[in-house]
Amino acid sequence: MSTLHTVNKSPFEKTSLAACLDHASAGAAVLLMEDGVYAALTRTSVEGQVKGALDNLKVYALGPDLQARGLLEDRVIPGISVVDYAGFVDLAAEHDKVQAWL
Amino acid sequence: MKFAIQVNEGPYQHQAADSAYFFAKAALEKGHEIFRIFFYHDGVNNSTRLTTPPQDDRNVVERWAELAEQHDLDMVVCVAAAQRRGVADEGEAQRNGKDATNIHPRFRISGLGQLVEAAVQSDRLVVFGD
Repeated sequence: MSTLHTVNKSPFEKTSLAACLDHASAGAAVLLMEDGVYAALTRTSVEGQVKGALDNLKVYALGPDLQARGLLEDRVIPGISVVDYAGFVDLAAEHDKVQAWL
Repeated sequence: MKFAIQVNEGPYQHQAADSAYFFAKAALEKGHEIFRIFFYHDGVNNSTRLTTPPQDDRNVVERWAELAEQHDLDMVVCVAAAQRRGVADEGEAQRNGKDATNIHPRFRISGLGQLVEAAVQSDRLVVFGD
């Protein structure tokens, strides 16, 4: 059983993504949502950090929040899965708890 | 599955009130149960019926109320957070000597015990906030 972590702040504004990645155990999932979706993009200063996390974590990005910011899915780092709200609900149900990094 | 939802952010602030709503809606559409939605901190501002956004904007309060009406949801507003922010029902207004109430009738004011109970009774507690 594992945890679903949610990160809703941009990594260029807050350190919640870094804190989350430091604490998440192998096999956990991280959902990037709201301004957190900026971390899902290629060609940013946190791309290496996020790609490194993909080695032992599953990373998801909330599609509607990418679209709301005009961010195209072809800029999402390969290995990150884009989900909608129904997918978010499934992730919350599949993991045994949900930890929000507010 | 039984979900409890906690909302810590007010409407029209960042996005948490919207995210929480869309999560709740998606969960209900998938056939899950929502045991309770608990509004805490600035989240209590989701419950004021005096909210009047521009016509072309979403009405966050009415949107919650409609979802609650459709699915008979229990929407609880933290009493201490509500008092601090001037959110009152009839009882609170009387107790505190205020001349008006502003809570939407689909919401009710209660204490933190309701959050603890929701966390205990539900399979998942999902928190949305700033």
